[in-house]
Amino acid sequence: MALLRRSETVIAGILLLAMVLIGTINPAFWQLDNLFSLMRSNVIIGIMAMGVLLVLISGGIDVSFPAFAVAAMYLTIKGMLALGYNGVVLPLLAATLMGLAFGAVNGFFVYKFRMIPLIVTLGTSAMVRGFLLGIVGTSMININKMPTALIDFARTDVVSVTKADSTTYGLTAMVLIYLGLALAMHLVLRYTMIGRSAYALGGDPEAARRAGFDLRKTIFFIYCVAGALAGFAGLLHSGMIWLANPRDFVGLELDVIAAVVLGGASIFGGRGSVLGTMLGVFMLVMVKNSLIIMRVDTTWQLVVVGLIVIAATALSAWRDRRRAA
Amino acid sequence: MSDGFIELRNIRKVFAGVVALDAMSLVIKPGEIHCLAGENGSGKSTVIKIMSGVYQPDGGEILIDGRTMPGMSPIEAIAHGVQVIYQDFSLFGNLTVAENLAMNVHLGEKRRLMNWRRTRAIAREAVDRLGVELDLDAEVASLPTAGKQLVAIARALMSDARLIIMDEPTTALTRKEVETLFRIVRDIQARGIAILFVSHKMREMLEISERITVIRNGRKVAEGPTGGFDEALITRHMTGSDILNEPYVWTPPPGPPPVPRLEIRSLTVPGKCEDLSLAIRPGEIVGLSGLLGSGRTDLALALFGMVPRYQGEILIDGAPVRLRTTQEAIDAGIAYVPEDRLSEGLFLPQSIKRNMLATSYERLARRLVIDRGQAEEMTQGMVRAMQIATPTAEKPVMQLSGGNQQRVVLARWLLTDARVLILNGPTVGVDVGSKAEIHAKIRELAQHHGLAVLMISDDVLELVQNCNRIVLMHRGRFIEDLPAADVTEETVSDRLKTFT
Repeated sequence: MALLRRSETVIAGILLLAMVLIGTINPAFWQLDNLFSLMRSNVIIGIMAMGVLLVLISGGIDVSFPAFAVAAMYLTIKGMLALGYNGVVLPLLAATLMGLAFGAVNGFFVYKFRMIPLIVTLGTSAMVRGFLLGIVGTSMININKMPTALIDFARTDVVSVTKADSTTYGLTAMVLIYLGLALAMHLVLRYTMIGRSAYALGGDPEAARRAGFDLRKTIFFIYCVAGALAGFAGLLHSGMIWLANPRDFVGLELDVIAAVVLGGASIFGGRGSVLGTMLGVFMLVMVKNSLIIMRVDTTWQLVVVGLIVIAATALSAWRDRRRAA
Repeated sequence: MSDGFIELRNIRKVFAGVVALDAMSLVIKPGEIHCLAGENGSGKSTVIKIMSGVYQPDGGEILIDGRTMPGMSPIEAIAHGVQVIYQDFSLFGNLTVAENLAMNVHLGEKRRLMNWRRTRAIAREAVDRLGVELDLDAEVASLPTAGKQLVAIARALMSDARLIIMDEPTTALTRKEVETLFRIVRDIQARGIAILFVSHKMREMLEISERITVIRNGRKVAEGPTGGFDEALITRHMTGSDILNEPYVWTPPPGPPPVPRLEIRSLTVPGKCEDLSLAIRPGEIVGLSGLLGSGRTDLALALFGMVPRYQGEILIDGAPVRLRTTQEAIDAGIAYVPEDRLSEGLFLPQSIKRNMLATSYERLARRLVIDRGQAEEMTQGMVRAMQIATPTAEKPVMQLSGGNQQRVVLARWLLTDARVLILNGPTVGVDVGSKAEIHAKIRELAQHHGLAVLMISDDVLELVQNCNRIVLMHRGRFIEDLPAADVTEETVSDRLKTFT
């Protein structure tokens, strides 16, 4: 009974229904290599969605993370090339810290000046992208120059299967990183006071203040984590596609926010879960993937994503109103 | 010398040059139920905030257990057992009852991790201590107001409280819920915890409290055991004057009976009200009461063109009208003041002028431009006629008191040359002084401007005092039509109680 009322169950049900539907139209959907490739497409959006989920729960919104991701990625790879360094752990750490520092700027303005997060993150997003292209450079770094360690790392598979025609395909190990980060976010949200403070802040900021939460800590934590996850995902992404493009991730904020809202997080704050978000990400990626398989033009994919955002938001707004009544 | 738990002595508080409290004194004895009575804006909330350490007084002193507490902070106040239950309860609607209850304990212990088992245990104990039934796993937003209040009370009791301050705790409760609340309050008192009940509802104060302190314009004007007070006395202290309660008399003009201003014939709103017929003549004030869900609001909405699917006839001054939209209703001369004027009737951040003219712009527009001169003239005239206390008509409506806001709504409708005025809960949330002024205004509109007034209210006394007829409604039908002169508050209330 209680399980049925949880929004995760509903989302999982819709997801399953959609999978059956897509599978009927296109039986190739159920083939293992398609499923593996689907999961692979979940990784980057999923990791970023964890940060956006945290921000949405606290009642804020973040549209700057794609800019942070691209800046952290491009700066790190530029740095690696300049230093001639070829590794994995340190660069990932560096990109994460850069994202965190950018996030701290968001946190500063949101907390100190009580500014609307949308405006703050729109501003920081534009500035970071502008600085990156204006100062650091506009040229793409492709497979010829990309640090090999990153590519090799991102190529690791958990399982690999050899097809009849002796080509192989596999499930990328990056999925494990995504699952690990999602689990960590789940634990933070559910079992730490800082996680609960995000829910409290999103539920009623005034009550949170009166109750004695340290809102400065909470807000900085939220935006720093969102930035850090974006930075990390940015670098991982470049390793996975063997390319560092300083104009990457344009428009990604829409996809990620759509996925998180689709996963049951409230755009008004206070509600949302990691499991729901993962389902939402999967659904979004699957729908976009199916549109590609069905040869739907990219411009029409935009329409679909836009529709998903509006429909999911309308649905969650309706749900919240009904609960409050 | 002081036997009080907490005592305010000659407290003074000034905000930006405006004196909010002056020579305010208040003593609360251990374990007593004390009422702080005052009109809106009299300084009640400032008193609460001083007692809970949110504001620092600019003069005077606070004593707890006879010791002065200079510069008391909220944390110190809580440490000394002062707990406030705010009107909005300060709860997290998106979290469960259990988490709301345990949150302060976790925060107080400066924990980093959330232990859900312990959370439940803490919450269970808090609920048991209050002796009520609450689903710990329910989300607070899904609880009714009374349930939220219980959570807030249970939370206040957890931290060895010695005084619980309740700010207007009965505002959104039904009569039955108020009785439950009072039982709980007496229960809490039995444990030696004092209660400060802040209210402007006289009957409730007299019922629950042992002592009353009345505050007016930031000063204590009366104090004593509740036995020494009655409604009239408290009102006199709160407003500084006596309020006359003359019944409203309507005498039909000589000659043949005038054509009704508003007449409805077998009006039916499917599923809401059935076969309603009523005539209101110029100058009449007809009261309408009934339980929630009796169909009284549906009737009002139908008359204001908000229920296009009604059946039956509506006549204004003898001419049949068809009301499918609010614009048609306004054009027909019907004005409606909704129940929740703050959310439905006013544009709060906008000026008095814009609010007053909101329904008149179409008339003011000469060709395409608004006639500014005429707009100004109309506004000024209305501010004077309605005696709205403001230096300028440009002031945002949200800065006005509840009574003045209500007058702005009335003024707006007068400007549309309304002939029929429908008032839904005209004085809900308005204090005694303004209430009397609004009543006087409504009577004047009926008497001197020949308006037909339909006044819907839960406040039976208000109807008895201001209407010449009272119609009782139940399950979508008119049950009785009583001449107000023949009834008293008690007879009408008793009659309403038989409707269940």
